[in-house]
Amino acid sequence: MKANVWYGTEQLRVENVPDPKILNPRDAIVRITSTAICGSDLHIYDGYIPGMLPGDIIGHEFMGEVVEVGPEVRNLKAGDRVVNPFPISCGACYFCQQSLYSLCENSNPNAWLAEKLWGHSPAGLFGYSHLLGGYAGGQAQYARVPFADVGPIKVPEDLSDEQVLFLSDVFPTGYMAAEQCGIRPGDTVAVWGCGPVGLFAIKSARLLGAERVIAIDRFPARLRKASQWAQAETLNYEQVDVAEALQVMTGGRGPDACIDAVGMEGHAHGVLGGYDRLKQTLMLESDRPPALRQAITACRNGGTVSIPGVYGGFVDKIPFGAIVNKALTVRSGQTHVQRYLKPLLELIAKGSIDPSFVVTHRLRLEDAPRGYRMFRDKQDSCIKVVLKPWADVPTVDADRVQETGRILH
Amino acid sequence: MATDLTQQGLGQSWPQPGGYGRIEPGAPPARHALRRGFAPFETADSLERGLGWFSIGLGAAAVAMPRLVCWLSGTRSPTLMRLVGARELTAGAGILTQRDRAPWLWSRVVGDTFDLAALSLALARGGRRRRASVALAAVAGVTALDVLAALRLTGDRAVRSAPAVAGQTDIYLERSVAVGKSPEECYRFWRSFENLPRFMETVESVRQLDERRSHWVARGPLATRLEWTSEITADRPGEELAWRTLEDSGAANAGSVRFEQGPAGRGTIVRVSLHYSPLGGALGAGLVKLLGHDPQASIREDLRRFKQVMETGEIPTTRGQSAGRRSFLGRVTRQWGLTS
Repeated sequence: MKANVWYGTEQLRVENVPDPKILNPRDAIVRITSTAICGSDLHIYDGYIPGMLPGDIIGHEFMGEVVEVGPEVRNLKAGDRVVNPFPISCGACYFCQQSLYSLCENSNPNAWLAEKLWGHSPAGLFGYSHLLGGYAGGQAQYARVPFADVGPIKVPEDLSDEQVLFLSDVFPTGYMAAEQCGIRPGDTVAVWGCGPVGLFAIKSARLLGAERVIAIDRFPARLRKASQWAQAETLNYEQVDVAEALQVMTGGRGPDACIDAVGMEGHAHGVLGGYDRLKQTLMLESDRPPALRQAITACRNGGTVSIPGVYGGFVDKIPFGAIVNKALTVRSGQTHVQRYLKPLLELIAKGSIDPSFVVTHRLRLEDAPRGYRMFRDKQDSCIKVVLKPWADVPTVDADRVQETGRILH
Repeated sequence: MATDLTQQGLGQSWPQPGGYGRIEPGAPPARHALRRGFAPFETADSLERGLGWFSIGLGAAAVAMPRLVCWLSGTRSPTLMRLVGARELTAGAGILTQRDRAPWLWSRVVGDTFDLAALSLALARGGRRRRASVALAAVAGVTALDVLAALRLTGDRAVRSAPAVAGQTDIYLERSVAVGKSPEECYRFWRSFENLPRFMETVESVRQLDERRSHWVARGPLATRLEWTSEITADRPGEELAWRTLEDSGAANAGSVRFEQGPAGRGTIVRVSLHYSPLGGALGAGLVKLLGHDPQASIREDLRRFKQVMETGEIPTTRGQSAGRRSFLGRVTRQWGLTS
């Protein structure tokens, strides 16, 4: 089969690899019809995720058709159309029993590695380093899905791939980020980062009853999506002083909840931005947290800072005094996707939300390396790339067709 | 999820971990397997202690009355004498208080060499020759004793960790894991010995010989094969299983696995404690660890797999999955089982 294989920083190659096989009784094999590049995949692309080995197949947002199931998988059969959540969860351990699926105790075969770094290991993930299991990812034509009786959810035929694909990660991730804010009527939520996760967090905050949502980014196309699609007020941090603007907008009190949907490769201007870049280059700091710092400082007294953005290691100059003295609640975690699949699928089926709005580019799997570059560098206003593993002709970019009347390839 | 209490005693008998609660080593193993005696040298001990006290006495004198000691030894510099005194006090304290005395004795030998040189210099310069030569002779005598004690102690250590007397280093390990099944279920699975190779990675087979004895075959370091016969020393259904090895096999061990009711319906705490004597003593244990056979890691991973089998019915793996071309490093780490 064809798969997108990681060979090093900014080195991706789509090549032929052996087809996956059933290895355990609860495995299934899925023929992938759509797969996406996630913002967190860019951290792998840029070489910031430890525990990657050359030859790893990456990608963790995928859906498709079940082609084979192991003897212990009783809820799925060949032919079922499923979306697959990115954490691998056994469904039986202490954490799975409490719906904390991304903390599954059993699914990481390299748990000891993660324990060295973090003290305890979370669940194994698809295509996200050997630290998190070393499982082959889903930017491929087929994928092996362990614990297939717990993860994949069947989706109705009348919904398109792009409407349901993002149940695999970014929609539940944005939703959980907003849910963690404990939104009450009248609340104002500020969201740093208007990539796919940020956009879903904004939309979810609205669905959960936030009075106002303030979106912060520097790319006009992304801010436009936030305001058009979720009626967010927008702040371009290259044009305004975000801290000051948030004070003015909230009567000096600060947002009730702040969401950092940026993560470890945040951008900042000025001295602190340069400081983080220098420290990261010298490997004195593994992650750059400018958005997180700003979120903590901006948040109102007793408010909540919710962090769906991915951090992997160590960050510097976190204003912890603000967390203590302002009595903030900090919530984070890899998304417990399995917990959200059913309710969010219902929202989609009901028409409350159409996740396909984030898609800006559709490419063949072969074009994955180009897709990573575009997405990372925000070329062509790229927000979300969907890869088609079985398309043999170059696919078209819908947004570009609408906007410019020309086919992009 | 897991706790880890590891103690390693050089040539000690059973370490008794105190203060951790609920930890008692399992039944002691067969004496012949683990306790080939190594009688401590009582005489050597008194020599070392004597040298320790000598250091303290000389050091105290040199620090408190440097001029007197200078005059007695035919040397000149009271400042230097104070420094010598401080050095002696340090060495003496080290010998008398530290468990490993060898480095402190060697530090005395180094100090002696310096003193001999200083006294020779004093002799050559002339002056109080008679007292200087007496001091030189005394220091030479003490140096001989220091060398003797230091060599003997170092020799002991080498002998203790030499393969010829394997079994002198008893290692104690403890590890626990929380399993979401009842103590009875966990006990039943573990007590059916044919299940053990399923989650104990190095164990190839366990054959029940009779009610109490079983024969074990396991992979050792460097593709070696280890075999031993084990005897059950305690068998309390749903609570505990303890064992010890019967014959001298190079894999002498004694241990227990306990199945403790977890708090408020949170399954079972499965607790393994193990005493074993690595082939080649501490040195051997270190070497074997370098080769990727670390018993502590092994127990940790075996317990993890036990939990996985009990809770999910399978052991999650990536061995045999699709991948691109692996680099040399990638192949090696997978080969050694560092990652899967």
